[in-house]
Amino acid sequence: MFLEGLWFYLWGLLWAMYFVTDGFDLGVGMLLPFLGKDEISKRTLYNATGPLWDGNEVWLITAGGVTFAAFPKTYAVMFSSFYTALTLLLVALMIRGLSFEFRSKADGPGWKKACDVCQFLGSGLTALLIGVAFANIFRGLPIEDGIFKGGFLSLLNPYGIAGGLFFITVFLLHGALWLVLKTEGVLYDKARRAASGLWIAVLLVTVVFLAYSYIETKLYANYFARPGLFILPIAAVVALLMCRFYMSKKFDWKAWFASAVFIIAATFFCITGLYPNMLPSRIDPVHSITAHNAASTPLTLTVMLVVVIIFIPLVLAYQIWAFHLFREKIDQEEFIY
Amino acid sequence: MDALFLSRLQFAITPFIHFLFVPLTIGLAFMLAIMETIYARSGDIMYQKMAKFWGKLFLINFIAGIVTGIVLEFQFGMNWARYSEYVGDIFGSLLAIEATGFFFLESTMIGVWIFGWKKLSAKAHAVVMWLVAIATAGSAFWILTANAWMQHPTGFEIRNGRAELVDFGAVLMNPTAVWSIIHTVSASMTIAAFFVMGISAWHLIKKTDMRFFTTSFKIALVIGTMGLAGVLGAGDMQGAEVARVQPAKLAAMESHWETTEKAPMHLITWPDAENEQNAFEFVTVPGALSFLAFKDFNQPVTGLKDIPVDERPPVAITFVSFRLMVGIGMAMIALIGFGWLRWKNLTGPKWYLWLLVWFIPLPYLAANLGWILTEVGRQPWLVYGVMKTADGVSPGLQTSQVAFSLTVLTLLLTVITVLVVYLIVKHCRKGPAAIEE
Repeated sequence: MFLEGLWFYLWGLLWAMYFVTDGFDLGVGMLLPFLGKDEISKRTLYNATGPLWDGNEVWLITAGGVTFAAFPKTYAVMFSSFYTALTLLLVALMIRGLSFEFRSKADGPGWKKACDVCQFLGSGLTALLIGVAFANIFRGLPIEDGIFKGGFLSLLNPYGIAGGLFFITVFLLHGALWLVLKTEGVLYDKARRAASGLWIAVLLVTVVFLAYSYIETKLYANYFARPGLFILPIAAVVALLMCRFYMSKKFDWKAWFASAVFIIAATFFCITGLYPNMLPSRIDPVHSITAHNAASTPLTLTVMLVVVIIFIPLVLAYQIWAFHLFREKIDQEEFIY
Repeated sequence: MDALFLSRLQFAITPFIHFLFVPLTIGLAFMLAIMETIYARSGDIMYQKMAKFWGKLFLINFIAGIVTGIVLEFQFGMNWARYSEYVGDIFGSLLAIEATGFFFLESTMIGVWIFGWKKLSAKAHAVVMWLVAIATAGSAFWILTANAWMQHPTGFEIRNGRAELVDFGAVLMNPTAVWSIIHTVSASMTIAAFFVMGISAWHLIKKTDMRFFTTSFKIALVIGTMGLAGVLGAGDMQGAEVARVQPAKLAAMESHWETTEKAPMHLITWPDAENEQNAFEFVTVPGALSFLAFKDFNQPVTGLKDIPVDERPPVAITFVSFRLMVGIGMAMIALIGFGWLRWKNLTGPKWYLWLLVWFIPLPYLAANLGWILTEVGRQPWLVYGVMKTADGVSPGLQTSQVAFSLTVLTLLLTVITVLVVYLIVKHCRKGPAAIEE
C-alpha cells in the first residue's frame, strides 16, 4: 500500500517534470509565428530550445514508461481509451521533432516554411491534446471493466477544452519567459511584452480552471477532507504572483523559475485531488482505475524504486549541467539550427 | 479486416521503419566517438572534419529514430492493452528502465553534442559522443531484454490473472537476450560500416577528398569486420537457443517437417505448408540441422508435424526471411574480405566501389529480415507459450480507429523515410568541403 501511494506521487512528479521542461520548448514552438517575423528571429527561437528539447521530451517517454511499469492497468486503459487523441499526439510529436533537425538541412523558402508550420502545429497540438486528456481524466472517463465507452469527440467537452486551453496558455507563458532569458534587443522586448500579456491570460484561465474543476470534478474532495492540503493551490497562486513581481523587476531567471514552480504546484494540486484514482470512471466508481487496483507487484515496484533512486538524480544532474552549459543568450554568430 | 488484423499490420510496419534508423544510430555513434577521440589525441583536424561530416548524416538519421521510437512505446498501450496489462509487471519495467537510465542520457547528450562544439574542449566533446554511443547500446540492452522475454519468458509466475515478476535476475540473465543483444549491436556496427564504406566508395570513385574517405573507409572496414564477426558468432548461438526454447521457429526457419535424428539441411528447397512437406529438396546435407541446432549430428530435431497446427508460425515468411538474411550475410563477408585485400590501395577496382555504393540498403534489409524471422517465427504467440497475439489486442478497439492510425502513421513514416534518404544523399553529395571548420 505504501509503495503504491509512493509510486502514485512519483508518477505525478514525472508528469510535473515533463510539463516544466518540455513546457517551455512547446511554448516557444507556439510563439514561432508571432515572434519569429524574419529569418534571424525564427532561427533564434529554434536555437533557444535546440540543445534541450530532446532531453526534455524524454520526461514524457519516462512518464509513459513508468505508467506501464508501475501501473500496467492504468497504462493499458489510458492509452487505449485515448486512442485517436494519441494518434494525433504522435503525429504532432513527430513533425515537431523533425522540424528542429531538418530545417537547417535544406534550403528553399518552401522547405523552411513547412518546417515552421510543423514546429508550430506540432507544439500547439501537443499542448492541446495533453491538456484535453488530463482534464478528461480529472473529470472522469466513461470506462467500464477497463473499456472506454466514449468516442474521440466525447473528449472535446467544454471542461476538456478548458483543460487544453489551460495547458496552451501556461506553456506559452513558460516559453515566453524562456525567450526573455535567451534573447537580446528587439526580440527581448517583444518576448517581455508577450510574457506580460500571457501572464494575465494565465491568471484568467487559472481562475476559470480552478472554479470549473470545482463544478465538473471531484478534485477538491481530498482537500475538504484534509484542509491542510490547500497549501498546494495556494503555493501555485503565490508562485504565479511572484512570477509577475519578478517580471516587473526584470529578474528574468527568477520569473522563469516562478513559472516552473507554478507548473509543479498546479500539477501536484491536480494529482493530490485525484488520489487514489488514476482514471476515475464516470459510469460507476467501482470501475475506476486506482493506484491500488492497477499497481504492479511489490517486487516490481521495489526494483523500479531502486532504479529511479539511482537514475533520476543522475538525470537531473546532467540535465542541470546541460541547462547551465546553454544558459547564455543566443548569439546569431553561433546559430546551429 | 478487423481491429486485430489492422493492429498487427500496424505493429509490423512501425517497428520495421523504426529499425531502418536505429542500427545506424548505434553503429555510427561509436564510429563518431572513435573519430573524435583520434582528433582529441592527435589534433589532426581531418578527424574533426570527419566527425562533423558523418555527424551531420548521423543527426538526420538520429532524429528519425527518435520520433519513430515514440510510436512504439505508445502502441503497446493503444493497440495491445490486454497484453500490456498482462505483462506490464515485467515488460513495462524493462521499458521504463530503458527510458530512465539510457534514453535520457542519449537525448540530453545529443543536444550537448550538436551545440557544444565551441563550448566544450575536444576531449569533453568526444566524451559526450561516447556517452551517446554507450547510451544507445544501453537502450538496446533493455529493449532487447524486453523482446527476449516475449521470445522466452523467464522469472515470472502467472498469478492474479497476469504474469508477475518473481525473479528479476532470471529476466536479466535470459540467454535469449544475451545473444540477441550481441547479434543486434554487432549488426548495427556492420550496417553503419557498410553505410560509411558505401559513401566513401562513391567519393573515392569521384576522387574527392581521397585521404578523408580512405581513412573513413578503413575505420569502417575495421568496425565492419568486428561487427560481422559478432553477428556470425552470436547468430550461431541464437540458432542453438531457438532450437532449445522455440522449436517451432527453428522448424519453420528450415522448413523442417518430420522429427528425425540426423536432421538434414537442404541448400535449395521450398515449403509447401498445405501438404506439410517441401515442394522440392536439392543438395541435402544429412545431420547438418542437428549439428547447427545442438552441435551433434545425431540429435533429433522436432519437425513442424509434431507441433499442433494452431501453434505453427507462417512457414514461408519465416523460411524466406532466414535464407535471405543469411544470403546477404554471406555477401557481406565477401565484400569485407575483399576490402582487406585492397587495404593498401582503396582507389579501385571501380566495380568493387560501385558494388559497395549499391550495397548500402542490403545490410538494412538483412537486419529487418532478422526481425521478421524473430517476430513472425514467434507467432501465433505474443509471449511464447504464455499469451497468443490474438488475445493481446485492446478490448473495445474500433476498426475505424485503427484504420485511421494505420493510414496516418504509415503515410507519415513513409514520408519521414523518404526525407531522411533525400537529406542524406544531398549531404553526401556535398561532401566534407561544405563543413565549416
